[in-house]
Amino acid sequence: MNQFIELLISGLSLGCIYALIAMGFVVVFKATNVVNFAHASVLMLGAYLVARWHGSLGFFGAVAAAAACCAVVAALCDIVLVRALRRRRGTQEVLAILTIGINIVLGTELAREVGTDLLPSGAPWGSDVTHLLGVTVPQTRIAAAVVALVLMGLFWVAFTRSDWGVAMRSAASDPEAAALSGIRLGRVAAGAWALAGALAAIGGAFFTSFPAAGVNNSTGLLALTAIPAAVLGGLDSTAGAVVGGLTIGVATTLAAGYQDQIAFLGRGLSEVVPYIALLLVLLWRPSGVFGTREVTRV
Amino acid sequence: MSDRRRVIMRVAAGVLVLVLLWLPQYVEAFWLQTGLFAMSAAIGAIGLQLLVGVTGQLSLAHAFYVAVGAYGYCFLAGGEQLGGGIETPAGAQLPPWLAMILAVVLAGVLGALFSPIAGRLRGIYLGLASIGLVFIGQHILFNAKGITGGFNGRDAEPFSLFGFSFSDTHPDSFNVFGVPYGGLERLWYLGLVLVAIGWWYARNVAQSRPGRAMQTIRDSEIAAAVMGVNVPVYRAAAFTVSAMYAGLAGVFLALAFGRVVPDSFGFLLSIDFLVMIVVGGLGSIGGAVAGALLVTALPQLLDHYSGSLPLVGAPGGDGLQPADASSFVYGAAVIAVLIFAPGGLSGLGRRIVGHRRVSFRAISPEPKESTR
Repeated sequence: MNQFIELLISGLSLGCIYALIAMGFVVVFKATNVVNFAHASVLMLGAYLVARWHGSLGFFGAVAAAAACCAVVAALCDIVLVRALRRRRGTQEVLAILTIGINIVLGTELAREVGTDLLPSGAPWGSDVTHLLGVTVPQTRIAAAVVALVLMGLFWVAFTRSDWGVAMRSAASDPEAAALSGIRLGRVAAGAWALAGALAAIGGAFFTSFPAAGVNNSTGLLALTAIPAAVLGGLDSTAGAVVGGLTIGVATTLAAGYQDQIAFLGRGLSEVVPYIALLLVLLWRPSGVFGTREVTRV
Repeated sequence: MSDRRRVIMRVAAGVLVLVLLWLPQYVEAFWLQTGLFAMSAAIGAIGLQLLVGVTGQLSLAHAFYVAVGAYGYCFLAGGEQLGGGIETPAGAQLPPWLAMILAVVLAGVLGALFSPIAGRLRGIYLGLASIGLVFIGQHILFNAKGITGGFNGRDAEPFSLFGFSFSDTHPDSFNVFGVPYGGLERLWYLGLVLVAIGWWYARNVAQSRPGRAMQTIRDSEIAAAVMGVNVPVYRAAAFTVSAMYAGLAGVFLALAFGRVVPDSFGFLLSIDFLVMIVVGGLGSIGGAVAGALLVTALPQLLDHYSGSLPLVGAPGGDGLQPADASSFVYGAAVIAVLIFAPGGLSGLGRRIVGHRRVSFRAISPEPKESTR
């Protein structure tokens, strides 16, 4: 039982990180209708920059700088590359393939920079653990959960209260009406991409911190795990991203923790669990748990 | 297209076929090997084109079905126990031609089993769900050691037909115009036949009634449903056919490699196939083949000539690695094609030849003659 609670808490804290990453994914999809595969390499960029800069800027400074950089890179991706195709009403599939192209270029360059190294993220908590109600939790994970919850709260307030949030929601629900009432769709879209980039950088910094070892050249591929998190909650639902992230986090951690009991399913099952969960959920609800069911009227 | 152009095109195609048939007389083993990989990729790319380019359903599961074909063939044809206490993975020891057919069918069955998902999911959700298959498939390949051989993979039984083996033995050696024809040369012709059949079948599908239904689904699902097209069934069927193409590609890949290992069937292979059809031009069967050739040959070319190329360094040394260089080229090519030249290679080719042909993409009220 104790082990279960320990794994559950550890899973929930990992889930918070996934939720942050998945939220960026959802924000971009809501605002611009693009499934952004380049999110994975932007995350890796963020984690890499944190690993490079934490020596001179300190961990928090590095995270802030990396978030700013990733926001700029993501916004540029939208403005320079994706916008042209979006304007021409490219289908979702074609737009997704375009972001795969961006992901290939950016991911290859990052993998080249990292090479065969393993770069630690330099989080100040190192491998310290805290004993909480009889269970052991890594301090980085507690910090990650706190940061994620604060960011989610801020995001929620901004989304429901601020002018930016109103602009974004109206752009998502009816772009033409929004444009006619003076909302600049281009800015809203670039803003959403920038926000997603910043979230990816912060998520990436924690994603590669203890108990993970650091940034290596496969971090980009690992970051794809956030896609099941975003999809099983429903691609156009921010609440779904949070639920999806937590689900994936708990499922992965439990599969890793009980790997001896489920050894008959093969080694390394925890890496596959997100995808199994994804398929099962989609079989049950084809648009994710909280996703809008597409209703077509002729 | 005017008659003169048509004659020129026919002659060009005929010359191309003759050159391909004659090629093993001249080129070295390295180029033949590259050609075999390209043929395997071409078969797979044609299948993906039918699904993504023609029906408009994004799939990233292609690598999984390629693996099913490759491992299916190895399992069905292999299984001969070597002496000396060496453990080899189990097999059904069927004749290779039967194993090839059954492996393709197996891929099709697994494609059809996915149809509760493939038929129901709307739009982009299918593409995202299909990623799952690749990772789950690789997990199985690593762990079902009795069949797949685990991390180290397993050997592929050479293909043979009526006692004629497509390997270096049986018959041990025979010469054509003084050139000895070994396994590579023999497989070369097998590959040409398979690609030709695949191309012919896909063209017929794309240009006949089911093909038009598929294109209508791509352009508008509502319109297709209104016209009486059973959208979920067609979607699932396109997925199944595409899986069978992937299976055949896998069988030929196993034959060309001689050995299959799980690492070659990862997510990156799916991406490679997607790059092929985008660079070749979405919707064009010929474009898929051209894209497959480009994506397969480019890393090999860069690798081979890395010494004499600027910017690219030798493999394993300093400087830009040939593999990385080709990744940059693909990624950039995908972006450039989608933004600047949506027709891809096939669109460029058409522009050069100068005949106006209504692309599959365009919804055009023109009469049917113009699509021929």
